[in-house]
Amino acid sequence: MDMDQTQHDRPAVSSGWQRFLRGAGAVSPIYYVLAALMVAIVLLNPNFLQPIFFMNFLKKAAPLVILACGQLFVVVSGGFDLSVGSLITFTVLAGALLTGGDPAATWWAIPVLYGIGLAVGLFNGLVVSFLRVPSIIVTLGMLITLKGAALLWSGGSARGYLPDNFRLFGRNMITDLPLIQVIPYALLVAVAVGAVAIWLLHRSNYGKAVLAVGDNPGAAAMAGTRVPLVRTLAFVFSALSAVTAGILLGGFSGVSTDVGDGFELQAISAVVLGGAQLLGGRGSMPAAMAGAVTLSALFTLLNLLGLPKPLRDAVQGLILIGAVAYAVHRKRRRV
Amino acid sequence: MTINTHRPARLLDTTTSAVFMILFAVLVTAVVLVEVFGRGGFLTGEILSNVVQRSVALGIVAIGQTFTILIGSLDLSVAYVISLSAVMASFIMQGDPAMIVPAVLAVLAIGLCVGVVNGLIITRLQVNPLIATLGTGFIIQGVLSASFQNFAGSVPESFQALAYGHVGGVPAPIVLWAGLIAVAIFVLRYTTFGAHIYAVGGNAETARLSGIRTERVVIGAHVTASVSASLTGLYLASRLGAGAPWIGPEGVYGLESIAAVVIGGTILAGGRGGVAGTVAGVLIFGLLDSMFNQMGIDAFLKQVLRGLIIIAAVASYSIRSADRAA
Repeated sequence: MDMDQTQHDRPAVSSGWQRFLRGAGAVSPIYYVLAALMVAIVLLNPNFLQPIFFMNFLKKAAPLVILACGQLFVVVSGGFDLSVGSLITFTVLAGALLTGGDPAATWWAIPVLYGIGLAVGLFNGLVVSFLRVPSIIVTLGMLITLKGAALLWSGGSARGYLPDNFRLFGRNMITDLPLIQVIPYALLVAVAVGAVAIWLLHRSNYGKAVLAVGDNPGAAAMAGTRVPLVRTLAFVFSALSAVTAGILLGGFSGVSTDVGDGFELQAISAVVLGGAQLLGGRGSMPAAMAGAVTLSALFTLLNLLGLPKPLRDAVQGLILIGAVAYAVHRKRRRV
Repeated sequence: MTINTHRPARLLDTTTSAVFMILFAVLVTAVVLVEVFGRGGFLTGEILSNVVQRSVALGIVAIGQTFTILIGSLDLSVAYVISLSAVMASFIMQGDPAMIVPAVLAVLAIGLCVGVVNGLIITRLQVNPLIATLGTGFIIQGVLSASFQNFAGSVPESFQALAYGHVGGVPAPIVLWAGLIAVAIFVLRYTTFGAHIYAVGGNAETARLSGIRTERVVIGAHVTASVSASLTGLYLASRLGAGAPWIGPEGVYGLESIAAVVIGGTILAGGRGGVAGTVAGVLIFGLLDSMFNQMGIDAFLKQVLRGLIIIAAVASYSIRSADRAA
């Protein structure tokens, strides 16, 4: 909706960057929410303004940002990917088992993990496209299967540990920088993934195709879009983002059997907070990423307020319903 | 009042009879595999009765879930309503038989309220059902876990008869489940509300234009789902002796009930399917579980197979319906 309107009244000459700002992001209310949360956090804890604290916050938010990028492709294509949380757990457990703590094994273990992610994404996408199983069922089946497979392989508990060069991406920071002092590797990874994702959704032909498929698959097919390919790729992107998030989380928090639990719902929440339309056709990548940061900021704020973890879940539920209700209300008023 | 909406002409439509064929095939497979690889003797009354009893918790909540899916919605909050109901039941009872009736009424009222809230969020605020029920689920679970960390209170021994008693020689849980199935089938087939459920699921706009108050139907379906989740909570409190905040999410009742309904031949888009198929779907899960147990299969491998079977089962109908359409 936002994009349609801005496309009519945009000046004849405008750079891609200006158009992108106006079309994809500048109007989404998520940025105001994010700004308000940041102000609240700083008021409660002025330390947050120090680069090290702020960078630590971004480091913690990075996996969810990456996950939201992948999930958005699936959501705008008209589906859901519930399997990402289990894929994260699988990545972390498999990373520890494959490397066995040996730093020399990292260089081949990471491509193997991406290979597994690719296979999972292809499976999800192909079953949705060709066997016509609703994505919620396929990815739910995959959630159960992957978690089982990870535990089966590791013998039911977290075994082994990840070598330091594997954990580098999630744990370490580049230090001694001027001005900002430090920058976490995780943030660099998130920015790189975000840049590619923004380009893919908002600048490439694939982006146009996936939005068209989500909006109206029949029309997209008649217009010559290869719907199964477009859909399958969306699930592949989501799975690859989950592997990336898994590598960061493994580095950040080490090996455990519940590291990915709940991330599937957080990723969907982030995307929805970013104004994406469930069941497809509309979504903005920068806003989805902002949605992920917002969710992380919300958790940080509630933590600062001393709310126990369960109540944080409750507030997340309220925000989720409120955000979607607000988006629907805004849309209706404009029509 | 005459009802002009289409409803299934026969007791079982083609997809539903396919579900029962799969159920039968699973049973035969289980008997053969357990005879060859396991301890044998799968086809005894005791084991089969066990399968049914273990399916009751999922079976009750899946009945309610069928209603929401029939109208093209779904309810992810049921798992949390189960926890809430089980905890409130044992917390109110505190082992006192005199408190059974107030506790049961309170728990059913909770289910009613959650269903109405879900329905209103979906109809009035027009929030996507997945997000709406996920949100209410988070809220319930958050408040519940913040208030109770562990098993709260206990149920009196007389209340445990619900899980362990017998009615005329038949285990009480089976009687309870069978009764609820009968009520649900009656409601869907012979009442106006049931006809409206199919009408709204088939095409909400057409239903509205033909004078059905679709919002009430949506709210009614969600109330059915939440109240059946409450009943599951009561049953689990009776079986476990007390309720704890994690029993709903740990049983994955939200997603599993949806999977059971869909395997039972009710389509996610709504309008087609019914409770009979759901019962078969739940029993397929129960049989598979029992078969894996009898064969001594590793718990995690069991989980892997379960996930793949969910996908394969739903894929088998989707392919069939695609063939029919072509």
